[in-house]
Amino acid sequence: MATEDVALAASAEQGILSKPDTHQQSPRSTIVNDFSIQIATVNGSGSQSANSVLLRSIFRMGIPVSGKNLFPSNIAGLPTWYTIRASKDGYVARKKEIDILIAMNAETSKEDMLSLPVGAAAIYEESADLKQFRNDVACYPVPFDKLTADVCPEAKLRKLVKNMIYVGVAAQLLQMDMQAVEAALRKQFAKKVKAADLNWAAVQAGYEYAAANFTKNDPFQLQPMNATEGKIIIDGNAAAALGCIFAGCTVVMWYPITPSSSLVENFIDLAKRYRIGPDGKATFAIVQAEDELAAIGAVLGAGWSGARSMTATSGPGISLMAEFAGLGYYAELPGVIFDVQRTGPSTGMPTRNQQGALLSVAYLSHGDTKHVMLIPGSVRECYEMAMDAFDLAEQLQTPIFVMSDLDLGMNNWMSEPFTYPEKPLNRGKVLSAEDLTRLGGFARYKDVDGDGIGYRTLPGTDHPLAAYFTRGSGHNEKALYTERPDDYVNNMERLSRKFDTARTLVPQAEIVQTGKSKIGLIAFGTSDFATRESRDQLLKEFNLDTDYLRIRAFPFSREIHEFVASHDRVYVIEQNRDAQMLSLLKLDLEAKDIVRLRSIRHFNGLPIDARSITDDLVTQEGI
Amino acid sequence: MATNPVPSAPLEAPRAAAKTNRIGLQVLDYRGGKTTLCAGCGHNAISERIIDAFYEMGVQPERVMKLSGIGCSSKSPAYFMSRSHSFNSVHGRMPSVATGALLGNHTMKALAVSGDGDSASIGIGQFVHLMRRNVPMIYIIEDNGVYGLTKGQFSATADIGSKLKTGVINDLPPIDTCTLAIQLGATFVGRSFSGDKKQLLAMLKAAIAHNGTVLLDVISPCVTFNDHEGSTKSYKYMQEHDEAIDEVGFVPFFQEIDVEYDPGTTINVEMHDGSQMRLRKLHEDFDPTDRVASIAAQLHAHANNEVLTGVFYINTQQPSFTEMLNLVDEPLGTLPDDRVRPGRAVLEEMMQRLM
Repeated sequence: MATEDVALAASAEQGILSKPDTHQQSPRSTIVNDFSIQIATVNGSGSQSANSVLLRSIFRMGIPVSGKNLFPSNIAGLPTWYTIRASKDGYVARKKEIDILIAMNAETSKEDMLSLPVGAAAIYEESADLKQFRNDVACYPVPFDKLTADVCPEAKLRKLVKNMIYVGVAAQLLQMDMQAVEAALRKQFAKKVKAADLNWAAVQAGYEYAAANFTKNDPFQLQPMNATEGKIIIDGNAAAALGCIFAGCTVVMWYPITPSSSLVENFIDLAKRYRIGPDGKATFAIVQAEDELAAIGAVLGAGWSGARSMTATSGPGISLMAEFAGLGYYAELPGVIFDVQRTGPSTGMPTRNQQGALLSVAYLSHGDTKHVMLIPGSVRECYEMAMDAFDLAEQLQTPIFVMSDLDLGMNNWMSEPFTYPEKPLNRGKVLSAEDLTRLGGFARYKDVDGDGIGYRTLPGTDHPLAAYFTRGSGHNEKALYTERPDDYVNNMERLSRKFDTARTLVPQAEIVQTGKSKIGLIAFGTSDFATRESRDQLLKEFNLDTDYLRIRAFPFSREIHEFVASHDRVYVIEQNRDAQMLSLLKLDLEAKDIVRLRSIRHFNGLPIDARSITDDLVTQEGI
Repeated sequence: MATNPVPSAPLEAPRAAAKTNRIGLQVLDYRGGKTTLCAGCGHNAISERIIDAFYEMGVQPERVMKLSGIGCSSKSPAYFMSRSHSFNSVHGRMPSVATGALLGNHTMKALAVSGDGDSASIGIGQFVHLMRRNVPMIYIIEDNGVYGLTKGQFSATADIGSKLKTGVINDLPPIDTCTLAIQLGATFVGRSFSGDKKQLLAMLKAAIAHNGTVLLDVISPCVTFNDHEGSTKSYKYMQEHDEAIDEVGFVPFFQEIDVEYDPGTTINVEMHDGSQMRLRKLHEDFDPTDRVASIAAQLHAHANNEVLTGVFYINTQQPSFTEMLNLVDEPLGTLPDDRVRPGRAVLEEMMQRLM
């Protein structure tokens, strides 16, 4: 199948280390606000501040921008790359081609240089003499060490300050607004005025050096726009943490794992700031667990006793949580689990991106289990779906998984500001002592309302009929122990009904366009950005209009079935090898519709890009 | 928080003849379902003592949550205190469930029942972390040195040289959960024997009054798989080798404390709620507030083939885990929206900062 070849080619791409791209760019015409910058550095060299200043300067100039950190599983010493994409059209997916290279890592600079397309530009340490490798790239050699020494007398700070030199050089070459750069820099260093002054001096030194020594020989330019006014920049993990705060989450138990740790760390910061009363007492409990088994155990224990509880993890942690996830399903316990997906296993590429846990999470654990997954496709949805997740967990009395990924969770994204939740917290069906007096008792697992969801009581409810015994599937409606076949079947069928109720409560799919084309695209999560860009490429370059639906949750809501049924061919675009979302769809769709599905996959560890989707689709369509 | 049982009016007026405790409940109100364990199982005797202890201490059953893992022992919460919420969780993972449940509602009294397999083998990871956190709960290990539900394999608390029914001899040293618990930070550690009604009841009552992790390792012979010649967890072996290091007396805070007190041989410990635990020393130089001495006593006992029982270690000064978290007084789980969801201005401020 053609997909296989393209997928293989994509996996061989290895991002930055591929051979020169044949994609042509004319060096003469000017390219404004539409290119990518890659900063190649050494992990631990402190380039983060400089990269952030560069990104935020572009943002302040009103130009849509995105940034991605490609880093190794290492504290210091290994190569790392940061890519910034400026896009007047608002494309924020990874751009396959690098237009401007800032080569700060001697180890990789030759390969970095060789991977550039014709007509690209390179800023590099003078002594590396990268010009010898490419005469079709605009070269800007900079004596970084000398410039740094001039502005920074203190030797131990030079390693950090050196990075700011390239910000200045890039600012001059790209004709950036220096007021925006200074504002971004001063915000970055906030109250540390001395550090800000020192770094600003380095930026200026770089700027002046470039102005005095370079003749611009590349087409790239930044011009102010008005497309970022009122927007925020945030990463998905911070956004999700914010959602947890406004969802009233009270219990967190977690075990650190990249790329999810910063979600909880952000929550800790926010909780300390906003959830401690004037008497110093906390409305939250956060515990670092001994492992992920303990983390989910505590989440479910807390859910059982009435708390809004959560944990955050990634693939290997999910694997460890499997047994408890099953108990959570059968014993019907609320809890929220953020799965910030990455490539597996731990000794694989743990710091690279993948949408690789869909199948394992959807059916995590033993017996007949099915779990609700929410799939955010933006930082705003990380915030909103965090709140949805807590409501759904208590409404449905079951663990809810929020399927983010490394690209969304750890990278900075532009967004409209988040809005304050208007609805009160939905705490689900919980009976109070007064309810019990009125009702004369209750049966924990009885389907009173026909939606498969029973009524529960919380420990501590002051009524002699409040208590019930919680265990796995071996219970009847009254939560009494049973191994009777008919009781088991009744219970399992009720759980199925509950899952059908979930279909109607989870966030519906976003239909971007339908009814205009015979070809439909389905994507989700971070594949959305590249998919949107690819649709534009298909239309512009191949005159191919495509309909598009973005899945936002599992189980699938009605409109997903309708979308598939109303298209001849539906391409499911995802970032894993085994077409996991397509497999889930196959299990849910009618046989006549399954044959409409086709697959586009990208799983080399780098975030998916539009060109890969376009190329694959065009090949499969035989265009 | 000390375990001040909340006095509450009885839900139904007791019949004149029925004996009631100080909150007006009968012992019947502390009973559970009918046991499905083997006749003569030590676990049933422990369930009986739990019922007695909570009844005599006048703890309202609705204020207790019962937690357990997997195994014969972990089934037993179904056989006592039906008016308490109960959670039969995952093999070896009850400590995390209990921790979470207590974080959700730290005003509850938590009673956990586990077994030697559930705690010392599959659950040792969670066991040690619970102990080091000093989570305020009573953790009972019903210890028979054998896996009952899977029909008689050795557990990690089986003694060296101990013999299975099938003749298999254990050649690995046992994990001593008490020594481990003392070393890790549990603040009330003791061992008893399911057949010793008086000692076990007094220890359970003291445990109810304690605020912090209570570990009680209760030797509980398995009549089906581990009560034969050659077993070191049999009734016979225990009767021959049980060496009490102290005689435990307990006076709840709501009773008048009598003055029968001999400073030479007795240690009086004031519990969190004002109750008094009196330990008559049977071993010279034994001081249950001295961690090092407590651990040494265990090691000496191992060397002498003795099974020490009694309260080995107690520390009423160490704050419990929920106290260290400095939580609001009310249960976290049921705080109203406006106490857990910050206002509009907070979000606006956050958004401004991110622009």
